[in-house]
Amino acid sequence: MFQLVTPEGTVPQPDLLPDVPTRLRLYRLMRRARHFDERAWVLYRTGRMGVFPPYGGMEASQVGTAAALTHDDWLFPTYRDTGAALTYGLPIPQTIAYWRTSPHGWAMPQNLKVLPFYIPIATQYPQAVGAALAEKRQGTQNVAMAYIGDGGSSEGDFHEALNFAGALDAPCVFVLQNNGWAISVPTRTQTRATNLSRRAEGYGIPGVRVDGNDVLATYHVTREAVERARRGEGPTLIETVTYRIKPHTVADDPSRYRTEADTAGWDAKDPVLRLRTHLLAQGHLTEEDDAAITRDIEAEFEAALKEADAYPEPTPAEIVDHVFAEPTPQLRRQRAQLLAEEEA
Amino acid sequence: MTAAPPTRTKTMTMVAAINDALALALETDPAVHIFGEDVGVMGGVFRATDGLQARFGTERVFDTPLAEAGIVGMGIGMGLAGLKPVAEIQFAGFLYPALDQILSHLGRYRHRTRSRYHLPMVVRAPYGGGVHTPEQHADSPEAILAHTPGVKVVIPSTPRDAKGLLLAAIEDPDPVFFFESIKLYRSVKEEVPEGHYTVPLGQARVVTQGDDVTVICYGGMVEVATRAAEAARAHGIGVEVIDLRTLVPLDTDTILESVAKTGRVVVVTEAPRTGGFHSEISAIIAEEAIEHLQAPIVRVTGFDAPYPPFTSIEDVYRPNPVRVAKAIRQVMAY
Ligand SMILES: Cc1ncc(C[n+]2csc(CCOP(=O)(O)OP(=O)(O)O)c2C)c(N)n1
Repeated sequence: MFQLVTPEGTVPQPDLLPDVPTRLRLYRLMRRARHFDERAWVLYRTGRMGVFPPYGGMEASQVGTAAALTHDDWLFPTYRDTGAALTYGLPIPQTIAYWRTSPHGWAMPQNLKVLPFYIPIATQYPQAVGAALAEKRQGTQNVAMAYIGDGGSSEGDFHEALNFAGALDAPCVFVLQNNGWAISVPTRTQTRATNLSRRAEGYGIPGVRVDGNDVLATYHVTREAVERARRGEGPTLIETVTYRIKPHTVADDPSRYRTEADTAGWDAKDPVLRLRTHLLAQGHLTEEDDAAITRDIEAEFEAALKEADAYPEPTPAEIVDHVFAEPTPQLRRQRAQLLAEEEA
Repeated sequence: MTAAPPTRTKTMTMVAAINDALALALETDPAVHIFGEDVGVMGGVFRATDGLQARFGTERVFDTPLAEAGIVGMGIGMGLAGLKPVAEIQFAGFLYPALDQILSHLGRYRHRTRSRYHLPMVVRAPYGGGVHTPEQHADSPEAILAHTPGVKVVIPSTPRDAKGLLLAAIEDPDPVFFFESIKLYRSVKEEVPEGHYTVPLGQARVVTQGDDVTVICYGGMVEVATRAAEAARAHGIGVEVIDLRTLVPLDTDTILESVAKTGRVVVVTEAPRTGGFHSEISAIIAEEAIEHLQAPIVRVTGFDAPYPPFTSIEDVYRPNPVRVAKAIRQVMAY
C-alpha cells in the first residue's frame, strides 16, 4: 500500500513529497473539509441541516484526490463526497443549501464541471466514462474523476464502467474509497476480495492501492493517474484504504452493527492530525499559523452559512420546473394548478 | 384459502407486523430465505428484519453485496431451484438496477417454460414519501411493476393487512412485489392477530361505506383518503373509500360495485400523474361502468416530475386530505 507519511510521522520516500506550498494547501483544504463536516453535524442537530452523510476521517481520501483536478476536469461525487466537492470548488453556501434540500444547492455553478451528489449507488461510474470519452473526442486533455465506495463497487455499473473505460481508452480516474463499511455491511461480507485495487487487472487497466489517510500519498497517486489520463494512456483505478469513523448518516446508529473496538485505532490514523504533525515537525507550520487557519476557516464558513440562510425557500411551483426545456401541456396545467393552490 | 384469523391479538405497528410475518414464514417453511442489503446484522434500515438473523441463522437471513440486479437475479435462481426467496430492496427507488432481471426474466419464467418453472419469489421494498427522505428515496414505482406481465403487486395500508398479505405473498407460487409505505411503517398501530393467517391477494377492502362518492386508493394514500372522507362526512357526503390492497391481481368487482352505487369516482396515488396505475383504474371504470358515472373521474396524484427532495415543498407533491377533499367536492358539484 502506497504511503508517503506514516501515522508515526516518518517519511520513507522524501523525494516523492510534493513541495511545501502544496503540502500547506492540502492541509488547509483538509481542515476546511473537516470544519464543514463538523458544522454540518451540529446544524443537523439544531434543525438547520437535512440528513447528512458525514465523511470525517476520510479527508485525505477526498481532498488528496479532488485536489489533483482543475475546473476543466469533471467530478462525479457520491453523497459521501462533500469534502471532495468542496475541494474541487463547489461553493460552501451552495453545498450547505444542497444538504438543506434547497433547490439552490441543486443548480450547479456554470464554471464547474461537477454533478450533484449521486444518491443511487454506482450509476455515476459509466457516466464518468462517457464524460471522459466526450472530452477525448473533442480533443481536450480533460479527465473525469468518479468516486464510489467499497459497497458500490459490487454493483454491475462499476464493473461495466471499468471495462468500458479500458476498452475505449477513456481518460478516467476511478476513486474507490474503501472505508470499511456499506451502512452495516463490512467489506469482508461485501466481497471475498481483499485488495479492491486488483479488480482493475480484470479489465486491463492499472490499479493502485493507497493509504487513504495519508493525503500526500493520495495526492501523489492521483496526480499520476490524472497525468496518465491526460497523456492519453487511459484510465486508472485508485483504492483509498480508509475508515468511516462516523455513522453512515447523521440518522444512523452504528452500535447496531459495529463495536467501539472496531473503530478505535482509526482515530490514531486521523489524516488531518497526521499531516499537521508532519508539518509542525518539519517546521513548515507553527501553532500560530495553525490558529490563523482555524480563524480563516471558521470565518469563511460563518459567512457562507449567512449567505445560505438568506436563500429563499422554494415555492411549490418549483416542483414541476426543470423537467423539460419546454414544459409539456400536462406540466403547464400542473403548474397552473400549483399556482392556483398557492393563492387559495 | 384463508383460515379464520386466530383470536388472540397484539398491538403492532406495520413494521412489527411485517417482522412477525417474516418470522412466521421462516419458522414454518424451511425453503424461505431472506436476503438483501443490511437485512442481517442490522435488521434492515427500517428494522423490518430485526432479530431474524439472530433467530434463524446466517444461512436463512443474510446480507448480500450491494447490487440489486444481483439480489433479484440470484433470487430467481434460488426460486428456480426450489427455495422461496424473500428479497428486500432497501428502497423502491433503488429497484431500478434490478429492472433487467425483473422485466426480462422474473415476470416471464412461467410463460417461457410453459409452467415447467415458476418463481415463488417475494421482493419487499419500502416506497413513497411523506417522511422527508433524500433524493430518489420516495419514489412510487408500482405502475412499472403492474405494467410488467407475470408479476403481482401488493401494497398494504394497515398492520393487520401487511401481515396477512405478506404471508399470502410468500405462499403464492408466483413472483410478488410487496411495497411498504415508509410513512405508514410506524405511524399506525392496530390489533394484529397472533399466529398464522392470510389476507388473499386480489380482494380489495372497503374502508368506509358511503353512497355518494367512491375514493379508490392504496398504501400510503388510504390514510389520506380516509381523513378526507371523514371531513366530507361532516358535510353530509357519504364517501366509500376502497383500499385496493393488491394492484395485480386487481379486484375490479369491488370497484365496479361501488361505482354502480355512487356514480362518482376519485382515484388517489402519490405516484407521478401520467401513465400511473390510477389511470388504469380510471380506464377500467370508463370501459365497464361509464353508464353509472354522474361526473368525470378525478385523479389526485403526484406530478409529472421527480418526487421533490426539497423538504419544505414535498408535502405539496404528495396528495394530502385537503386535495382529496377538494376532488370529492368537485365530483359532487358536477
Ligand atoms: C442503487 C442503490 N442501492 C441502495 C442504496 C442505499 N444505500 C445508500 S448508501 C448504501 C451503502 C453504500 O456503501 P458504500 O458504497 O461502501 O459507500 P459509503 O456509504 O461507505 O461511502 C446503501 C446500500 C442506494 N443509495 N442506491
